[in-house]
Amino acid sequence: MKFERYGIGIIKGMAVTIRHLLRHPTVNQYPEQRLNISRRTRGNELIWSREKCTGCATCAKTCPQGAIEIVTATNAADNKYEVEKYRVDTGYCIQCGLCVEACPYDALFMGYSYERAKYRRGDLVQADDELLESPQRPASGYFHPDIAEKLPRQTLLVEKITEKRK
Amino acid sequence: MAIVNLAVNNPLPMQVVPPDWPGGYWWHWLFFTVVIIAFMLIMVMGAIYIERRGMGRMQSRLGPNRTGPFGLLQPVADAVKVLLKENIVPTSADKVIHWLAPVIAFAPVLMIFAVLPFQNGALLADLNIGILYVVAISSIATVGVFMAGWGSGNKYSLLGAMRNVAAVVSYEIPMVLSIIGVVLMAGSLSMNQIVVKQDIPFILLQPLGFFLFFIAACAEINRSPFDLMEADSELVAGFHTEYSGMKFAMFYLVEYAEAIAMSAIITTLFLSGWRGPWLPPWLWFILKTFVVFFVMVWTRTTLPRVRIDQLMALAWKFLFPLALINLFITAIQVLVWPDALPWILIIINIAVMAILIVLWSKFFKLGWGRIEV
Repeated sequence: MKFERYGIGIIKGMAVTIRHLLRHPTVNQYPEQRLNISRRTRGNELIWSREKCTGCATCAKTCPQGAIEIVTATNAADNKYEVEKYRVDTGYCIQCGLCVEACPYDALFMGYSYERAKYRRGDLVQADDELLESPQRPASGYFHPDIAEKLPRQTLLVEKITEKRK
Repeated sequence: MAIVNLAVNNPLPMQVVPPDWPGGYWWHWLFFTVVIIAFMLIMVMGAIYIERRGMGRMQSRLGPNRTGPFGLLQPVADAVKVLLKENIVPTSADKVIHWLAPVIAFAPVLMIFAVLPFQNGALLADLNIGILYVVAISSIATVGVFMAGWGSGNKYSLLGAMRNVAAVVSYEIPMVLSIIGVVLMAGSLSMNQIVVKQDIPFILLQPLGFFLFFIAACAEINRSPFDLMEADSELVAGFHTEYSGMKFAMFYLVEYAEAIAMSAIITTLFLSGWRGPWLPPWLWFILKTFVVFFVMVWTRTTLPRVRIDQLMALAWKFLFPLALINLFITAIQVLVWPDALPWILIIINIAVMAILIVLWSKFFKLGWGRIEV
């Protein structure tokens, strides 16, 4: 005798809800608790290294948005380019990561941080020293596995539940 | 019958008549009016808290937890917010009816609490027709809802109100019939007497009655899965679409006050009201009320909303015949075996309930003999 039509479905459903009541909720109290984001995240800012950069402007050429502006001057004595201005309008940036992949000298990185909203559009334009890596602006492991290895593993909400159960 | 005799033979430690207040009846009236209003407001806040946190946890989230410790002040914050909101009356609204509707919906809910015993004899008015009074009064809230739907001058409001009237008219019948079973068992209509007679909670002696009453009560106060009158996915917000500010707060209050009132009535009728060991009676009453309310929240979280034809079919083809059979069986038990041992009756009644529900589920069909859609 099948009980499918005798309200057994309701009882099953009730059992499911009560089990969820006793379970640890799958949520994160955001500003206080933060999960580790993906190690290879393409955060919404660009990290630039002045030392490694040769001023070849490959990044500017690759950028589909044309958000990178680079001005260089010839240093005839040392026979190389010198970067006079490196300016990124992160408002245009679509986080595609093409500039990072294109850079032949590994001088560009995607940012690992988030919460980078600004109140003014003008603040989105970052130039020169604002783009350097700092403890507030860590580099993401995107396209750079060596950096990715050093970053903490990404935490998932599912892991939080199993953590609680132990 | 046996239960009645037991109650008479074991005199309870507390008195049945209301205490003789110094200064006469007016002090009794004043005291209980204040107590009832405070009780209702606090219980509603507790109910909103339980509903939102409990439902949140059942949906794998936390629910409001920012306002005050554990989010306890969330209902207060909501109330303050809604009080400060602008009161908008639509141009096409019938102004007087639109204004009166929340009041008429709210007053009867408050009046239900007048006959609910908090402990032995501790109630505003120990009416000898207590439960009849409750049935009569609780239907008046529907008039308020219909006035809101009509007075708003909005088709969605009117649709919601019409659905509410249809649901209440249909579900009143199984509800009253299952109450009669309890009344037969207790031999009294007074709420206090019904509790005094419950040496064994009537949920055991009347399991089918409890089942029917619970479903009918859920439908009567438009709790999910029967919340057709404010089905947000179909009717914006149903009858209170056009309400804002304090008037909306009144409807919100009515919704939860009705749920609490129905929980309290179920507690009184089926869960032996204020009776229980160790704890003070009023605390037992509140605890049991919240337990019943929690079951309502539980069903609300679990079940999806029914359609209007399913709602009507459930009332007329499932609950109504079962309520009649329940009444018949109860009447036979009270008349023919008045001295039967309670535990035999309990076993018989639970078996009868299981058989009847399975049997009637097999017969249950929607319109034109459809089983499913």
